[in-house]
Amino acid sequence: MDTLEKIQEIVVTELGVDADEVTPEASFIDDLGADSLDIVEVVMAFEEEFDIEIPDEDAEDIGTVQDAVDYIENAL
Amino acid sequence: MSLKGKVALVTGSSRGIGKVIALKLAEEGAKLVINYPVADEAESAQQVVEEIEDLGAEAIALQADVTAMEEVKGMVKEVKQEFDTIDILVNNAGITRDTLLLRMKEEDWDAVLDVNLKGAFNVTKAISRIMMKQRSGRIINISSVVGLMGNAGQSNYAASKAGLIGFTKSVAKELAPRGVTANAIAPGFIETAMTDQLSDKVVEQMLSVIPANSFGQPEDVADTALFLASEGAKYITGEVIRVDGGMTM
Repeated sequence: MDTLEKIQEIVVTELGVDADEVTPEASFIDDLGADSLDIVEVVMAFEEEFDIEIPDEDAEDIGTVQDAVDYIENAL
Repeated sequence: MSLKGKVALVTGSSRGIGKVIALKLAEEGAKLVINYPVADEAESAQQVVEEIEDLGAEAIALQADVTAMEEVKGMVKEVKQEFDTIDILVNNAGITRDTLLLRMKEEDWDAVLDVNLKGAFNVTKAISRIMMKQRSGRIINISSVVGLMGNAGQSNYAASKAGLIGFTKSVAKELAPRGVTANAIAPGFIETAMTDQLSDKVVEQMLSVIPANSFGQPEDVADTALFLASEGAKYITGEVIRVDGGMTM
């Protein structure tokens, strides 16, 4: 499973959205209906899955699914 | 049996008010986690477990020093293994190191703040994600009227209990959208082993400022905790309920 697929799986679980909604361009807030607590939960799930630390200031810059893919691939 | 099937963790519940709260929640059908800080307390914690089992409810005793995040995480993990989830958290663990400010050592300050305030932070943080995920939960912090009005000789204790109130309100705001409530109880003078040691003169002085003209019982605090843990309290959050016989109104 590549990074995008793993991220899509996490987002589906955490936000309770349909898999086909989680496109690379999808914005967590505008398209996937996440609020600030949801974002924290998603970020924490990323941290667990990929065994990385995502500081708050970096998390603020993750707006879309593709942003998350880029950030995580860069961090690995 | 209003709490049937719910899982409750009460910190510092091997004795004192914590024990009475644990028994009260168990009477209503909750499964209980009796937390105690050090091995010396293991026996009394086990006795509480047995008393709960006699009521026909389930309970386990787990040792964890609430000031140590790793121990707290370990405890929460064990609770999840045993009972799957945590529905009710009562941050009750507390200590006093009373002395006048002039004589208060840095260790006295740190010890009280560590257990009473940081301990609540550690346990609340460790369980908040579980409650958020299940979209329900009750966090009940045992503060004190001393946190509202101050008390000579208790600047450390008062600061910790006032801190708990600010903590309660912030957590309430953060977790309200997830169906998790956070409230504080501020007991006044409650009859415990501690108040039993007071002289008649001090008791008389204390009673003179309590309109109810009597000390509270641990059950009075436990009944309030039970209410806050119940379904009926779901729309109450960020509240501080005084249980003080009218002392500080």
